[in-house]
Amino acid sequence: MKHASRLEGTHLLTGTARPSAARSRRRAARWTVIALLVLFVAVVVGLFAGAIRIPPLGILGWMVGDGSLTEQQRAIVSQLRLPRVVLAGLVGAALSVSGCAYQAAFRNPLADPYLLGSAAGAGLGATAVIVLGVADAPLALPAAAFAGALGGVGLAYLMASTRAAGRTSTSLLLAGVAVASFLTALQTYVQQRDTNDLRAVYSFILGRLGTGGWHEVLLALPWVGLACAVLLASRRMLEVLALGDLEAASLGAHVARDRAIVVIAASLATAAAVAVAGLIGFVGLIVPHAVRMATGASNRLVVGLSILFGAAFLILCDVLARTVVAPGELPIGVITALIGAPFFAVVLRRSGAAR
Amino acid sequence: MHRSRSVRSSVLLALIGSLVAVGCASSTATESAGEATSSATVAFPVTIDAANGSVTLDAQPTKIVSISPTATEMLFAIGAGDQVTAADSYSNYPADAPTTDLSAFEPNVEAIAAYEPDLVVYASDPGDLQKSLDKLHIPALMEPAAVTLDDVYAQMAQLGEATGHVSEAATQNDALGAKIASTVAAIGDAGSGMSYYYELDDTFYSVTSNTFIGNVLGQLGLTNIADQAKGASSGYPQLSAEYIVQQDPSLILLADTRCCGQTAAKVAKRPGWQDLSAVGDGGVVELDDDVASRWGPRIADLLQQVGDVVQAQAAA
Repeated sequence: MKHASRLEGTHLLTGTARPSAARSRRRAARWTVIALLVLFVAVVVGLFAGAIRIPPLGILGWMVGDGSLTEQQRAIVSQLRLPRVVLAGLVGAALSVSGCAYQAAFRNPLADPYLLGSAAGAGLGATAVIVLGVADAPLALPAAAFAGALGGVGLAYLMASTRAAGRTSTSLLLAGVAVASFLTALQTYVQQRDTNDLRAVYSFILGRLGTGGWHEVLLALPWVGLACAVLLASRRMLEVLALGDLEAASLGAHVARDRAIVVIAASLATAAAVAVAGLIGFVGLIVPHAVRMATGASNRLVVGLSILFGAAFLILCDVLARTVVAPGELPIGVITALIGAPFFAVVLRRSGAAR
Repeated sequence: MHRSRSVRSSVLLALIGSLVAVGCASSTATESAGEATSSATVAFPVTIDAANGSVTLDAQPTKIVSISPTATEMLFAIGAGDQVTAADSYSNYPADAPTTDLSAFEPNVEAIAAYEPDLVVYASDPGDLQKSLDKLHIPALMEPAAVTLDDVYAQMAQLGEATGHVSEAATQNDALGAKIASTVAAIGDAGSGMSYYYELDDTFYSVTSNTFIGNVLGQLGLTNIADQAKGASSGYPQLSAEYIVQQDPSLILLADTRCCGQTAAKVAKRPGWQDLSAVGDGGVVELDDDVASRWGPRIADLLQQVGDVVQAQAAA
């Protein structure tokens, strides 16, 4: 880490000038406060908005132990709405932070959490237990999806490591693409063989937060928490990896080992998110980029901000999903893409104009 | 890749959900339930004005391929079961239906032709099944998803005419109508104050009264809570759990006991659902997904199953 000072404030992805250490610290503090505020607002909106109207004052009262809500309203807020907000936050944070990690580790702006076959693996795992008829066993479905997601990434790693070139980011990426295609084909085959289960398979694969409760929150929390902690601790490592394999190695980094740590942590977060909420696209791709462009910050800051903004983003998307056609629901993946893409375009234009 | 995939998946799910709505152009059968003559022997050739156009059958078909589970049920109900050579993989009723690997979702014309059918019955044509069958000169009848009970009667009558079982079809139609009427009569006004939530899967997809099953259940005078959903134009809205709990429907009708393994016990364990009145007093009804998603003669049994619960609820 003797080269750390040289890396201070390196802005590979933004190309902005290198600010002083003090300025960069101030900016980090400012953006962290902004992100926390945005997340707080998102949680409040998430708690107050819903398919049915519950008096906001009543909800506030409920939080401080006042009993003006009816029993039914209390049940709706505490057992349906609040866990859903927390779950959306967890999943959004997990997908954003792993998207950020993948983008840095593979130096690929198109990298997203599902890049190395975790989505395909999770889909296969879930389909397998549904078709085998054991999906009813407690935890069978999330466990199979979780194992499938990690299995997909593990397979990609195995494949890449047999190449003479070793685990370069390119060989890993290509292996990931091959594994994802293979597992998706396998999943489709298993599913086609037993089309009676089509509905259950799709309702799993489709992103969904609407059926989540505290149970799902508790399932995902340890993994997402662990992954976030590891990635936060390795944020400097991410910055070095983003320089490229040769550069990073010349700076004394153990590229293969470092990338493995980052990828494993990101895959854990993704697997946990997929296990409880299915596949929710766009979040992991867009949030880290938007954060990078809006703040002009390096990966060191982007990791933490991705967690906070990712959580806020998915909570707010979910608010739209459950209010726009209330009492009906819109698929969350449709919202993340419909809101995310134009928002992304605006950030892209503004960050271009700022230069 | 995965982004588009998840959007595509949602489209696909919506498609599965609305499969029943596909090709709903009401059957153009010329004959209606009551009119069917009771001639025991039907003179072929017959020309049938079906949903897929005018179809002429030169002789009584004896090697029918049905790739519609509903049509299979109807054919057996009207006594044409012996004439069915092969049925699609979903045709699991009645037990003696000649179920094969034939797919109703992605019909394979070569596989169908291998049975050398003299009549093919299908419900929907996602590809160019009809065109391919035309090229092979295999006559085919399209019996699309019904929207109303009248469509059911018309389809039964049409299949009766096509297979030479006109009088049996009429008898079956009369029995079906009578059974439904007796269920409706038995509950009287009991259903008018009650509401129901109809569950298509465990992510709370439901049906509005504009769908066939919603229409049939409407006979009981129940209010459907899904009718409030603005996205209901599709007929198959996904409802918010909050809304279902708030509405506290008198009946929860589970049409996802097979697909998604749902039971009354599982519903009672869902967070926030424990205190629903339907959960407390036996208002959660486990339906057979297959019967619920078809428009065959067993629909009367389903209606009676629900009607019995309505009566029990009213008496309590």
